[in-house]
Amino acid sequence: MLTLNNIEVIYDGVILVLKGVSLSVREGGITTLLGANGAGKTTTLKAVSGLLRSERGDITKGTIELAGQRVDRLPPHAMVRRGVVQVFEGRRVFEHLTTEENLVAGAHIQHDRAKVREGIARVYGYFPRLAERRRVESGYLSGGEQQMLVIGRALMSSPRVILLDEPSLGLAPMLVEEIFQIVARLNKEQRLTVLLVEQNATLALAIADHGYVMENGRIVLEGAAASLRDNADIKEFYLGLTEVGARKSYREVKHYKRRKRWLS
Amino acid sequence: MSEFFGFFILLMSNGILIGLMYSLIALGFVLVYKATDAVNFAQGEFVMIAGFMAAGGLMVWGAPLWVAVLVALAAMVAFGFGLERVMLRRLIGRPVIAVVMATIGLASILRGLGPFTIFSGTKPLPLPIPDEPFILGPLFIPPIQLVGGLVSLGFLVAFGWFFLKSRKGIAMRAVADNQQVAMAMGIDVERYFGLAWAMTGIVSALGGILWGNLLGVDVNLALVGFKVFPVVILGGLDSIPGAIVGGLIVGIVENVAAGYIDPYVGGGTKDFAPYVLMIMALMIRPYGIFGKRIIERV
Repeated sequence: MLTLNNIEVIYDGVILVLKGVSLSVREGGITTLLGANGAGKTTTLKAVSGLLRSERGDITKGTIELAGQRVDRLPPHAMVRRGVVQVFEGRRVFEHLTTEENLVAGAHIQHDRAKVREGIARVYGYFPRLAERRRVESGYLSGGEQQMLVIGRALMSSPRVILLDEPSLGLAPMLVEEIFQIVARLNKEQRLTVLLVEQNATLALAIADHGYVMENGRIVLEGAAASLRDNADIKEFYLGLTEVGARKSYREVKHYKRRKRWLS
Repeated sequence: MSEFFGFFILLMSNGILIGLMYSLIALGFVLVYKATDAVNFAQGEFVMIAGFMAAGGLMVWGAPLWVAVLVALAAMVAFGFGLERVMLRRLIGRPVIAVVMATIGLASILRGLGPFTIFSGTKPLPLPIPDEPFILGPLFIPPIQLVGGLVSLGFLVAFGWFFLKSRKGIAMRAVADNQQVAMAMGIDVERYFGLAWAMTGIVSALGGILWGNLLGVDVNLALVGFKVFPVVILGGLDSIPGAIVGGLIVGIVENVAAGYIDPYVGGGTKDFAPYVLMIMALMIRPYGIFGKRIIERV
């Protein structure tokens, strides 16, 4: 449903960040984009959501298509109206707004008040903890609650595609698991298409059905989630396991260099 | 004793009414700061040119009062939108000092432009409000102050409601909180910047008419803008309740200070007392009484 064809992104007119990224996100599925820090995952999401320009980035080559229509020149609010919404990494709530006001702000493009109320009820259904804290200034919520709030806020625009940027960042493992389970439920129950950017490959590949691996602004590996889980390179570099299933030993760091053959 | 008390009440009541009129002007400043993070040093000049337009319509071109008022309101709204479009949008993302200098420059341009294009010298801005004060016991209330105070209060409450309860107001606060995230939620940030400046235009137009009536319309009308700074520093740069409370404090303090100190020093207390208070406030509570604190979770 969402396709990137050979996207190149340049920041400030000189810094080449994406060097021809192509990927496709299937309707109703969870696609994950894995990679280390600085690989260009977040830039890829911003290229889709139209937020590059607010950071002086520009798509210089390639096209982005949503359900067959070109969307790579659209401003962010036009993308939200077409049903594509981005959730930033780092739990960026509107700190001085209450939980519920955050949700109302998320429903900005929805003009029907009844639908807004319905949306709020739906979000509270998925995240009961937010309902308890509806009147609290969101800057004072806990990290997990803030992550739930930014996902809930994105749902308020009734999106077809949600771009999730590292929901696991800085959260306790149990909370991360809870949040990932909710994302999987949303995908099933609301037919929500998800593009999930993660560094935590284990979790991401557990709920995704398709995955891409990015390094240095390029896609270096692609495949069904199940086959990526079994891929020796992924196991070694992202899951921290050697081939026999023991924990990776850093004595074999040289080995890492040699094995990373799909780089560049 | 009762005479002393009566004098105090009199100073207080006049201070409250004048203070509400300060609040109205400070509201213009707060609206822009809240939504766009821009510090508008031309707020007093906004009030001044609104006064020029109303007085010009009324006294120079002889339009009826309601036409002059409507024209001033419409012109100020257009001016707010236009200014955002032409000047301030280009300054988004630049250092704060760029916006500060731009508005200071704008202030000077407006001070020159008003007398140059509309009229020079001082013109009255008569409103159909009686001159005889109401006398209630010790109170001695000029009707224009009462009208000004009530109009100001009405608008302050209306704008306060807008920001706290309406969806557009929530969107505007979201923009103020985090522009990029607001964009990602489908909020057209630039449109809300324009709206904030237009709202400042409305508030400035009302301020210009009320203060123009009180002080007469000439370049010095812009000086009421100087009272905005103690008001917003006391109340908090981004708080509407803060603008009300700050305005009341400034109005009361300057009236009471003038009432008690002026007889000994021969006048002028009004102009500096609020600033003494402002500097004290900055030392104790730099974000103001209601200003938003930077939230840090522990």
